[in-house]
Amino acid sequence: MARSVFASGVFSSTANIWRNLPGKAKVGVFLFGFFVLAAIIGPMVEPYDPGFQNTAANASMAHPSAQHLFGTSQLGQDVLSQVLTGIRLTLELALLVGVIVTVISVLVGVTAAFLGGIWDDVLSLLTNVFLVIPALPVLIVLLGYLPQQGQTPTILVLSLLGWPWGARVIRAQTLTIRNRDFVAASRESGEKTWRIIIFDIIPNEISLIAASFVNTVLYAIGASVALAFIGLTDVNSWSLGTVLYWVQQDDAVQSNAWWWFIPPGLAVALMGVSLVLLNSGIDEIGNPRLRASRASAKIAGHRIWPTDSTPVYAQLAAERGRLGSFLHSFSRSSLLDETPAGGELR
Amino acid sequence: MSFILRRLAFYLVAAWVAITANFFIPRAVPGNPIQIILSKYPNLTPQAYKALSQMIGGSLEKGSLWSQYVGYLNDVIHFNFGTDLANFPTPVSTLLDQSLPWTLVLVGTATVIAFAIGTTLGILAGWRAGGGLDRSLPVLMFFQAIPYFFLALILVDFFAVQHHWLPPGGGYNGEITQPGWTWSFISNAIEYSTLPALTIVVSSVAGWMLQMRNVMITTIGEDYVVAAQAKGLSKARIIYTYAARNALLPQLQGFGLALGFAVSGALIMEIVFGYPGIGLLLLNAVTDKDFPMMQAILLVIVFAVLIANLIVDLIIAWFDPRARAREAV
Repeated sequence: MARSVFASGVFSSTANIWRNLPGKAKVGVFLFGFFVLAAIIGPMVEPYDPGFQNTAANASMAHPSAQHLFGTSQLGQDVLSQVLTGIRLTLELALLVGVIVTVISVLVGVTAAFLGGIWDDVLSLLTNVFLVIPALPVLIVLLGYLPQQGQTPTILVLSLLGWPWGARVIRAQTLTIRNRDFVAASRESGEKTWRIIIFDIIPNEISLIAASFVNTVLYAIGASVALAFIGLTDVNSWSLGTVLYWVQQDDAVQSNAWWWFIPPGLAVALMGVSLVLLNSGIDEIGNPRLRASRASAKIAGHRIWPTDSTPVYAQLAAERGRLGSFLHSFSRSSLLDETPAGGELR
Repeated sequence: MSFILRRLAFYLVAAWVAITANFFIPRAVPGNPIQIILSKYPNLTPQAYKALSQMIGGSLEKGSLWSQYVGYLNDVIHFNFGTDLANFPTPVSTLLDQSLPWTLVLVGTATVIAFAIGTTLGILAGWRAGGGLDRSLPVLMFFQAIPYFFLALILVDFFAVQHHWLPPGGGYNGEITQPGWTWSFISNAIEYSTLPALTIVVSSVAGWMLQMRNVMITTIGEDYVVAAQAKGLSKARIIYTYAARNALLPQLQGFGLALGFAVSGALIMEIVFGYPGIGLLLLNAVTDKDFPMMQAILLVIVFAVLIANLIVDLIIAWFDPRARAREAV
């Protein structure tokens, strides 16, 4: 019963969610979709193997041409193919980390809020400690000690350190939901705790969980690219960070080979932008006041901000020059001038 | 004062967690770090070997795990991080001493500048939500989403390689000047740190601005702001003394978390510029598999971030009566 209500509620509201999504978030969805698409079909359409070295005489650090659309690296590798494979690997890693981390943070957050007492204190303290310790140096040391680097170790390490953000907000939200009447009703009717958590608590935190997932994917992209950039990865697999690692190793910037480092960097940046846009969209759904649209209004040709005092007639009918008043006479707001509502204010 | 004491206790716990993790990581990872090091540095002297075993442990260590741990804690408290492997027999702490000031000054100054600019812009954008400044936010968010080091690559390419306006990297020009408290060195160092600082400011300004804008919009809706407007106070007074002053507190609370992020980004960015700070030291340690150095750097960064957080807490306690009042509860 509870399940069917929940499910039908979700499906009927999907169209509504899309309609209410702020423009920013829609742009984010499309941009991110583009990269997902590139990740799926990229490896099928890429013109070369990313590791293939074109040994022709003029193929080293060649400018973009019909043969190599994004030019070549120092070893004559096709940059376009590297970027397409890179998007695939980086996105795979980030989404996987996002799923793992979201599951962990929901588990930790809900557990802490439900168990309460000493468990809550310990888990919260742990969460806050992990939040305050900068993650990247810890990641570097952890990865540095592992006998081999690559996709899987990076995913493990990123997941291990990524959960505190989500856990903290989810714990706070669970604490407030836990005391609502419908949860009390479920408990009184003899529902088991795990059923309350899965069917009463979690559905009410979907937007929060979504935001934390988006945030985590953003963190995973940034961190994995940074780690690969300093060489803490399998430098022969082509993630976007590895491409940039070779850019740095082979002094592409000093040789002014912009075609080599702009595409992979731009791919990382645009993926990040799409996620930031998505997230600020989710924020605005949760807090409608943040919406920029309709914030200011135009009354009688004057821009009125929410923070301005209520306009009076005298302010609206400002002085106009001869040409100005002629043009103004065509506007709808000139009707307002001819029928002074409040009497002789001027 | 108990607010500060409680925060202090929390930071001590955090520092302890970091130190403990640092102790157990090399002992817990699969594989044997000692083997990796021995294959990398085949002719280690016995002293280096001994120093190494103290920091990393492994099969060659004497004593129980507990006594190792106590010895390690004792070393860390006295800032004794062992001996560097790549530059044996230089102590790790000497190398840290040389590069830490570079990073502290650069990251500290740039972060404060970014915080000031971002907060001011956020106040204005929040006051006029939907206005020109507010609508330029997505552009700034683009800069925020760019990885620090990629922005650094672009800046180097444009300002240094193509136009030769600024030096491409390094901390100072060794041919002209030597480190010291002389004007020629300081001006030279400022010239060399302009691009790195610009990178940090450009990529972190949008974050501050967005957060300040959001808090500002919420604050403007409060009754006391409306009351101030009804009294007919000047706009500047309402914005800065009524709304922004209160909106600043969440901004400060976010400072600590954002700082860790900025430090992480700045470390990687230093590598692009070849800036002689902690980040470059870390890169060299990673490529040389110089484990004692890696661990020491991790601890130093954690300590620096914790101290910065404590300072922010002191400022919050100074500004926010609620934080001070919490001690009564």
